[in-house]
Amino acid sequence: MLSLRGPFMTQQVVFYIFAAIMVFAGTMVISVRNPVHAALFLVLAFFSSAAVWLLLEAEFLAIALVLVYVGAVMVLFLFVVMMLDINMAPLREGFIRYLPVGIVIAVLVAVQLVLVVGSSYFGLESFPAPEPRPAEYSNTEALGNVLYTTYVYPFEIAAVILLVAIVAAIVLTMRRRPHVKRQRPDRQVAVRRSDRVRLVGMAPEKKPSVRR
Amino acid sequence: MTEVLLNVMDGWPQGLQTLIVILIKITLILIPVMLGVAYLTFAERKLIGYMQVRIGPNRVGPKGWLQPIADALKLMFKEIILPTGANRFLFLTAPVLAIGPALAAWAVIPFTEGMVLADINAGLLYILALTSVGVYGVIIAGWASNSRYAFLGAMRSAAQIVAYEIAMGFALVGVLMAAGSLNLREIVLAQQGSILHWFLLPLWPLFLVYFISGVAETNRAPFDVAEGESEIVAGFHVEYSGMAFAVFFLAEYANMILIAVLTAIMFLGGWLSPFHGILPASAFTLPVVGALLGDGIHWFLIKVSLFLFIYLWLRATFPRYRYDQIMRLGWKVFIPVTIVWLVVLGVAIKVNLGPWFD
Amino acid sequence: MAFVTPDFVPAIPEIFVLGMACLALVVDVYITERYRLFTYQLAQSTLVASALMVIFLYPAEAVVTFNGTFVSDGMSTVLKVFILLVSYFVFFYSKQYLRDRNLFRGEYYVLGLFAVLGMMVMASAHSLLTIYLGLELLSLSLYALVALNRDSNEASEAAMKYFVLGALASGMLLYGMSMIYGATASLDLAEVYRVASGGQANDTLLVFGLVFVVVGLAFKFGAVPFHMWVPDVYEGASTSVTLFISTAPKLAAFAMAMRLLVDALPSLHGDWQQMLIILAVLSMAAGNVIAIAQTNLKRMLAYSTIAHVGFLLAGILTGTQSGYAAAMFYVIVYALMSMGGFGMIILMSQAGIEADRLDHFKGLNERSPWFAFIMLIFMFSMAGVPPFLGFWAKWSVLRELVAGGVVWLAAVAVVFSIIGAFYYLRVVRLMYFDKPEDATPITPGRDMRVMMSANGLAILGLGIYPGGLMAVCVSALGA
Repeated sequence: MLSLRGPFMTQQVVFYIFAAIMVFAGTMVISVRNPVHAALFLVLAFFSSAAVWLLLEAEFLAIALVLVYVGAVMVLFLFVVMMLDINMAPLREGFIRYLPVGIVIAVLVAVQLVLVVGSSYFGLESFPAPEPRPAEYSNTEALGNVLYTTYVYPFEIAAVILLVAIVAAIVLTMRRRPHVKRQRPDRQVAVRRSDRVRLVGMAPEKKPSVRR
Repeated sequence: MTEVLLNVMDGWPQGLQTLIVILIKITLILIPVMLGVAYLTFAERKLIGYMQVRIGPNRVGPKGWLQPIADALKLMFKEIILPTGANRFLFLTAPVLAIGPALAAWAVIPFTEGMVLADINAGLLYILALTSVGVYGVIIAGWASNSRYAFLGAMRSAAQIVAYEIAMGFALVGVLMAAGSLNLREIVLAQQGSILHWFLLPLWPLFLVYFISGVAETNRAPFDVAEGESEIVAGFHVEYSGMAFAVFFLAEYANMILIAVLTAIMFLGGWLSPFHGILPASAFTLPVVGALLGDGIHWFLIKVSLFLFIYLWLRATFPRYRYDQIMRLGWKVFIPVTIVWLVVLGVAIKVNLGPWFD
Repeated sequence: MAFVTPDFVPAIPEIFVLGMACLALVVDVYITERYRLFTYQLAQSTLVASALMVIFLYPAEAVVTFNGTFVSDGMSTVLKVFILLVSYFVFFYSKQYLRDRNLFRGEYYVLGLFAVLGMMVMASAHSLLTIYLGLELLSLSLYALVALNRDSNEASEAAMKYFVLGALASGMLLYGMSMIYGATASLDLAEVYRVASGGQANDTLLVFGLVFVVVGLAFKFGAVPFHMWVPDVYEGASTSVTLFISTAPKLAAFAMAMRLLVDALPSLHGDWQQMLIILAVLSMAAGNVIAIAQTNLKRMLAYSTIAHVGFLLAGILTGTQSGYAAAMFYVIVYALMSMGGFGMIILMSQAGIEADRLDHFKGLNERSPWFAFIMLIFMFSMAGVPPFLGFWAKWSVLRELVAGGVVWLAAVAVVFSIIGAFYYLRVVRLMYFDKPEDATPITPGRDMRVMMSANGLAILGLGIYPGGLMAVCVSALGA
């Protein structure tokens, strides 16, 4: 099967390192007390999963994960979490009380998962590893090709969903309160000198007499 | 050069050989970058000095040339102060998070056709991803400092960077469409021909958006509200001193150079000579003059210097933007401009508009 | 991979709705408050035009396009027509209500149009991917619509509950779909059907996925025990939004259930029949019994919805062609009745007052005999009193249950319907035999009067001649 020498070995070592970091970070996300730390561990988890994806030769997905989740989503997430002053004590009040039920459900789900998603159904026999692609194969290009041909209909619907998300976010947050003064940047930009300053030509008054 | 090295290491394990070659290449890239950063600070002070009819630093060494070295030494020997209530681990990690991506991005930069550390297919995406990660240094620094000014600076900077990243990304989509590749080397090669073939002309609005967004992305004047000396003292790094501060400084300037480099590669044809198509082909075969006139890293450096000069020029010239104006510019001006231009570009490519897309 | 340029013609109604929704969005930004009605008119004409297109493009036989992600067949056509029709009435009913409460904003109609688009996508989904995306488009628009009334704490709370539980349900559904994909290696429903019924797929894996899919479906339908969100959301959202949520999306959910269970996985009929029986019995029991205890009409109708969903699932679980037709008939009838029921609450709600408690309907006969009569039609129809339309819906489902050999379930359904009749008839009693608390006559605008009467008389008229609608459902599924 897999040889313990050469590139396979290196790949496996790299995989286990990143997988271990990912599991560790995932555990920390739900166990640390400080929400900012939890968010940062989530970033770490994203990073390690991006690395695992790179190992699977899915470079586009890996980079997109870093770009979208780490670079944008988590930044905004941190932004919000940092602004909130979350008192964790009340959030943890029911922890012990719900723990037994939680553990039972978690174990049940985990057992089911192992039984069903385990190697007996998704092992190498039923899903052999695909042939490695040559180096010049670009899966960015391949993805682009299917997105705009085979999957164009779902792709467009996904775009509409994003549009709805934008509309919804704006509708729910932007309110014009009638009695609040607002800046109108367009008017600020369009302002002319004549709107603000009037140069008045005045005939000189009587020359002031010099005293002293 | 690589051959000589490989001869020396003949017989060593294959993996080790590759590793050593890569490490040497990394060093060869990073040392000039670091020197560039050091002397960019010097150039900045000098240039702004001249623009303000001053002389600038002229005491340390001949004509002040050793000033950056002196600055570096000073910063190295200063104490790093940890503010009370600061999160020690994150406080010290933040500078590393700032400079890490700024340096890692250099891996895919092609200096000339063959001179590139990692010639990867998704180079452009890699750059985008790494530049977007740089913001963590700022946010974490601001939060871990446990200081209001630092936190305010971090918040401002985070919102600003996220906003401008979108416009920047869209501008890069235009480059991608024009070049038909995400590989930076191929992007440069797609601009071959003459000075007219550079993407500067067909992508003119995207070029402007990209460079201005780049200025905003690096938190430089006139978009430097994250530091905003007059409002929030120095923003996110107000609590940093000594080497920790120096690392932030290095990261900022490394990012500036990176943006200048990327602009040169994507819009001004990287190492390509502007004289193609103007001078007769025989001119490029002349002994020394031909090499100077032809493609080469010197053109690349000249173009990068041009953009760095503009960076400094902007700082000497413009007053700082108001925060809401920055946001408005990013969201309501740049993003629509780029989207409209993407449509225009699509049409141009579809009808094979010459001389770029035929 | 060979790529064939898809045939866009069957999807023209969807493309049209999308284009008009975007147009309305842009137009709405530029018109002033005085001309806000224009957005409404734009939305309404979109619905009408789109419905005409759907009818015009009625395919002789099922057409699959966009590389197996879109299908246009009899079921999708009929459901889309009713989705558009119901949405037209919903938008119409809510116009005055929204105006009275300062909620008459273009976004209501834009989001509404996007929700309609989501439902249309669901109705003609032919791939797990499009089912999910259509559902998300619908759900996201609905969450936003519920939260639209920002000044109301109840609405925000309802939106939050709806969103969290809806996201959970979507997660379940998606997880189940991923299992089905894992077992059949395809997202295309036809391919899933082929692999699953050909016995090439692993049954354990398929059933595991099926469980999650059914749970997700039950959440979206609001079937017990996944019904917790229904009463709170119905009560908390402003009535115009409740009206929308309780009608058209049920048609789309029915389409989703049909596509997933009947089109893709009929080979697992034995498995999903068991699950649906449990859901159906629990829904009918809990819905009808708890509804008796309600004093809020919106809440009462919410529980009545749960009970109706039980009936609807009973129709699907028979697993016969005529059973599906009965379920489709039921869901269409339900949508028409629910539209009328919530429409009446809107009609009764004068500016500023929410007529959503049972007490508000006391002595309606003295205030407006005509509308008391219309409400009587809706209530009798929901209770299943002949000759109203609701009776035929219940009757056809019961008939199919008996024909399908699930006689005990038919008996259970009858028992709970009788229990359920109690609270519908209580409304009628309040209207005719109690003294009104507030004797001001009901004076809706003439257009509202006409539409509401049309709605009520349709229930009565179709109840007297139910054959036509039933024939439409049968032929839609027979194709």
